[in-house]
Amino acid sequence: MGERLFQRPVPPANLLITGARLIDGGSGLEGAEADVRITAGIIEAIGEGLSAEGRETIDASGQTMTPGLVDPHVHLRTPGDEDEEDIASGTRAAAAGGFTAILAMPNTSPVVDSAAVLGGLIDRAREQAAVPTGFFAAITRGLEGRELVEMGELAARGAAGFSDDGRPVVRAAMLRRALQYARVTGLKLTLHEEDMTLAADGQIHEGAVSAELGLAGHPSIAESVMIGRDLQIARYEGAPLHICHVSAAESVLEIRRAKELGVEVTAEVSPHHLCLTEEAVRGLDPGRAKMNPPLRSAADRAALIEALADGTLDCIATDHAPHRLQEKEVPWEAAPNGVIGLEVAFPAVYTNLVAPGLVPLSTVIERMSAGPARAFGLPVPALKVGRPANLALWNLVESWLVEPPYASRSRNCWAEGMTLHARCTLTVAGGAVAHRLVGAAL
Amino acid sequence: MELCPPGSPTGRRHLISISDLDRAGIERILETAEGFEAVMDRDVKKVPTLRGRTVLNVFFESSTRTSSSFELAAKRLSADTISLKAAGSSVDKGESLKDTILTLSAYEPDVIVIRHPQVGAPSLVARNTNAHVVNAGDGKHQHPTQSLLDLHTIRRALGHVDGLHVAIVGDVLHSRVARSNIQALIVMGARVTLVGPPSLIPRDVAAMGVEVSHEIGAIEAADVIYVLRMQRERMLEGANFVPSLREYTALWGVTPERVRPSQLVMHPGPINRGVEIAPEVADGLNSKLIDQVRSGLVVRMAVLYDLLTEPTTTGGEAALRVVTAGQEVA
Repeated sequence: MGERLFQRPVPPANLLITGARLIDGGSGLEGAEADVRITAGIIEAIGEGLSAEGRETIDASGQTMTPGLVDPHVHLRTPGDEDEEDIASGTRAAAAGGFTAILAMPNTSPVVDSAAVLGGLIDRAREQAAVPTGFFAAITRGLEGRELVEMGELAARGAAGFSDDGRPVVRAAMLRRALQYARVTGLKLTLHEEDMTLAADGQIHEGAVSAELGLAGHPSIAESVMIGRDLQIARYEGAPLHICHVSAAESVLEIRRAKELGVEVTAEVSPHHLCLTEEAVRGLDPGRAKMNPPLRSAADRAALIEALADGTLDCIATDHAPHRLQEKEVPWEAAPNGVIGLEVAFPAVYTNLVAPGLVPLSTVIERMSAGPARAFGLPVPALKVGRPANLALWNLVESWLVEPPYASRSRNCWAEGMTLHARCTLTVAGGAVAHRLVGAAL
Repeated sequence: MELCPPGSPTGRRHLISISDLDRAGIERILETAEGFEAVMDRDVKKVPTLRGRTVLNVFFESSTRTSSSFELAAKRLSADTISLKAAGSSVDKGESLKDTILTLSAYEPDVIVIRHPQVGAPSLVARNTNAHVVNAGDGKHQHPTQSLLDLHTIRRALGHVDGLHVAIVGDVLHSRVARSNIQALIVMGARVTLVGPPSLIPRDVAAMGVEVSHEIGAIEAADVIYVLRMQRERMLEGANFVPSLREYTALWGVTPERVRPSQLVMHPGPINRGVEIAPEVADGLNSKLIDQVRSGLVVRMAVLYDLLTEPTTTGGEAALRVVTAGQEVA
C-alpha cells in the first residue's frame, strides 16, 4: 500500500522532553516518569537522566505524554467551503487537540469521487497540513448511491478508504456491490448508518425530550436497523467494514453480536455522544447540540461507555463538522447538523469518563490512537525508540474554559462554555512540532 | 417567568414556555386576568396602564385569534402596538430572524410577541433583544398564553383547577397547545390523560407526568375534555398517522354520546366541525369555545401587565391601578 497520509514539509523536531509520565499500553508504558529525546523527528531515546546534547529541553514534569491521537472522522470542508474550514485551519485544530493523524470525509463541493479532486486535496495537504492527513473518497459518485466510484484509481492515488458519510448507502444491493468491489483496493468502507424513512425529518432523539419540546423525533432504530442490515451483508460477503458515529444502545447490540459471529467490523463513537445526552438539547442552541446522529438518552450514553470500555467500540472519532456562524444562529429546525470537536475531544473524554472512573485512561488512549489507526491500516503511533515522533503532552490537572477563539475556522463547538481538565501543551506530529500551547509552563 | 435564556442580554423576564412559570407565577397572572374581567364589563373598556409602552407583534405564521387577541390586549392597556406579518416584510427578502429582531429592537419595544413555525425561535429572539419576549407559539413546542387562557376558562367555569381530571384528546404529537397545557395543568394540580391514536401520542410522553389511553372511552372519567385539532395533512401519503379522517372520527371523535352533561368541552381552535368534534358538541351547553376566546383577551392583558411591572402578590387590584405615562407602577 502506498502513502495514505500527507503533511506539509516541516523541519523535524530535535527536543528533549523531561520528566513526563509516559502512558502507552502498546509499548508497556503505564505512567512511569522518563525523559524522551527526539532527534530529527525520530524518538531516539527513552530513559532517565538523558542529556540534551544541544537540543531544546522541555521540562514536562507533572505532565503526561501519550501517543498522538488519530481521528478517522473529520470534515475539513475542503474543497468548496473553505470559509468554514480549510486544511490549514482544520489540521491546526487537530494539532491543538493532540491529534497526529486525521482522516477527512469526502462530502465536499465537489465530492471527492475522482482521482482529480483527490489529487488536488493531496497537493494542498502537502502544502498546508500541520498534521498527517488522509482523505476518504466517496463510495458512490456524487454520494448519490447509484454508481460506484473508480475505487481502483482512487486507491492508487492515495485514498484512505471509502465513505458516503453524511448519507447512508440507501440501497442494500449497492452496498453489497461496494463491499465486493472494495476488495480490489484493500481499503475499508466506513458507513453512515441511517434508515431515512425512519429518521424522516427527525430533529433530536425520539424520547422524553422530543415529546416535551415538540421537535420531531429521530428514533434509535433509524440507526440500528441499518447497521443490522449492513452487518448481515458484510458477514455474507466476508468483507470488512467500519461503522461511523454509533449513538444508540440498539446499535451496540448489533455490533457486539456481529463481532461474536466473526464479522470483521470496527466502529467509532464521538466524544459528544459519550459526554452528553438529549438533555443538552433543552437550551435549543443548534450550535452546541444539533448533530446527526442526535444526542441520545442517558441509557444510550451508558451503553456507549460500556461498549467503549469492553472494545465493542474500537475508536473515538470526533465527526468534527464546521458550520458558518450565521447558519447556526437560527431556530433549531433551520440549522444544519454538526458540531466541531477536535480541540476538545480528549479533554472532554478525560473530564467526563476518565476522571469519574468510568473508563481507564489507558483504554481511552488506546481508543483514540492505536484503535483508529489499526481500523484503517495507518501507522500506530507509539512511544518507542526508533519510531517517528507522533505524541502529545497533556496537563491533566489544570482546568480550562472552552471558549473562542478556536484554531478551527468555525465556532459551533459542542463543549463551548464547559470547564474541562486535560489541556494539550505540545503536539509532535510526523516528527515535527505541530502545536505548542502559548503560555504553557514549558 | 423566571427564565433568562442563556445569552439573554438583560435579566428581563420572558414568557417562552410554561416551564418559565411556577405555580405562584401562574396564579398571579390568573388573578390579574380576573381583575381585567371587570374592565371588560365596563362601557369604556380601555385602561391607561401601559400608556407609553410599545408592544411589537411579529407573526411568522398565520394566526387569527392569537394575533388579534394580543393586539387588542395591548390596545386595551393603552400601549402602542405594531403588528407585523412575515409575508410582505423584509423576511421575504431573505433577512434572518436575528437581523429582523435586531432591526425591530432599534425602536426599543418593551415587549416582542412572536409566533414562528420553528421551535426555539422565541429563545433566539430573547438572546438578541432588550425587550421582554412572549412566545405566541413556536413550532410544535409551546403556546404558553393559550395554556394560561385555558386555565382561566376552567377556573371561571369550575372555580378551581387543582384536583380536576383533564382528558386531552387527539393529535398530541403535533400540538404545541398540548405540550403547554400538560405542563400548566400538572403544575396547577390537575390530573391529565392523553387520549388518541398510538401514532399521534409522542413516545415517552409519560415522563411529563401524564397517563395515556388509546380508547376514547377514557374521556368519560374526565371533568374537562380538551379536544385538539386534527389536521388533514396527517393523512397524506408518507405520513399515514391514521388511515382516514372517517376512521379517526369514528374512533376518537368527540360526539354527543361520548360526552356527559357535567363535563366541560374545550378546543384551542380553529375547529374541524364533524372531524375531531361533532357540531352538536362544539355548539352545545358544555362547550367553552367562545369563553376561551374571551379569556384570551384578559389573560394576554395580564401577561403584558405582569411582564411590564414588578411581580406583586396583591393580584388583580394592582393591575387596575391607573398610572400615567412615565410613572412607575407600584
